[in-house]
Amino acid sequence: MTIGLGHYLTVAAVLFTMGILGIFLNRKNVIVILMCVELMLLAVNINLVAFSVFQGNVVGQIFAMLVLTVAAAEAAIGLAILVVYFRNRGTIEVEDINAMKG
Amino acid sequence: MILQALAFYVFAAITVAAAAMVVVSRNPVYSVLFLILAFFNAAGLFLLIGAEFIAMILVIVYVGAVAVLFLFVVMMLDINLTELREGFLDYFPVGALIGAVLFAELLLGVGIIGAGSTTVAGLNAHGAQVMAIENTRAIGRVLYTQYFYLFQVAGLVLLVAMIGAIVLTLRSRPGVRRQKAVDQINRSKEQSITVVKVPTRGGV
Repeated sequence: MTIGLGHYLTVAAVLFTMGILGIFLNRKNVIVILMCVELMLLAVNINLVAFSVFQGNVVGQIFAMLVLTVAAAEAAIGLAILVVYFRNRGTIEVEDINAMKG
Repeated sequence: MILQALAFYVFAAITVAAAAMVVVSRNPVYSVLFLILAFFNAAGLFLLIGAEFIAMILVIVYVGAVAVLFLFVVMMLDINLTELREGFLDYFPVGALIGAVLFAELLLGVGIIGAGSTTVAGLNAHGAQVMAIENTRAIGRVLYTQYFYLFQVAGLVLLVAMIGAIVLTLRSRPGVRRQKAVDQINRSKEQSITVVKVPTRGGV
């Protein structure tokens, strides 16, 4: 039995769905939501790399690297915002974040 | 071939299980550790299909930087763990429903693609030539020529993120005495020394 493109896409689909599910379930903890976003980005990366390898085109891996860069930047900024928010409010519950509701 | 398939299933199973544990684990610290496990095994998956460079970058960037950043923040914030788990099951039905719909759609997409020609057998001549040289060299050849500006912009994105994170979290506390080098250097003799004429037998 050979491992084909479908196997990798299935793993990526499962990971992506887990990320979505995590965002829905963890309505209290912003850190876990950020981690779920990272999981979804990992799933996207698996898709990109799998297509890149199985189509013999290396550009997909370059895209995966750029996604990685943006994910790292996003994590840094997101966590910085989280730290500032916690300093001001003393909590990171998602349901309490409604200061801009008006 | 059997060994490769076995390795794929082991890596994939551990990745998916670790992802599940990220979502459901009670303590955010454990979540971060399971995230690291998931990234390691995803790197193993990349290694299996010959994307060595991305695999190593994944380990270095994600495990070495991002996950450790998460770990720092989790430990820095003093979070009430019991409060965080409230309402976990309230959202489970709608979350599971949306997750199931999305997963079904994704599998449909996988089925359609799998039925197409994009398999290993469909590798064209150019692709075979690209894959013949090492992965890192192939990436370098494309990244530093065709996508050079994109590469530079990625560096700029990282710079902006770094400055943004520093500006956001920097706070100036009142009442902290700091060394002011400019003031120290700009002191003149007149400001710091006074010559006092002491009268004889008078004292200061």
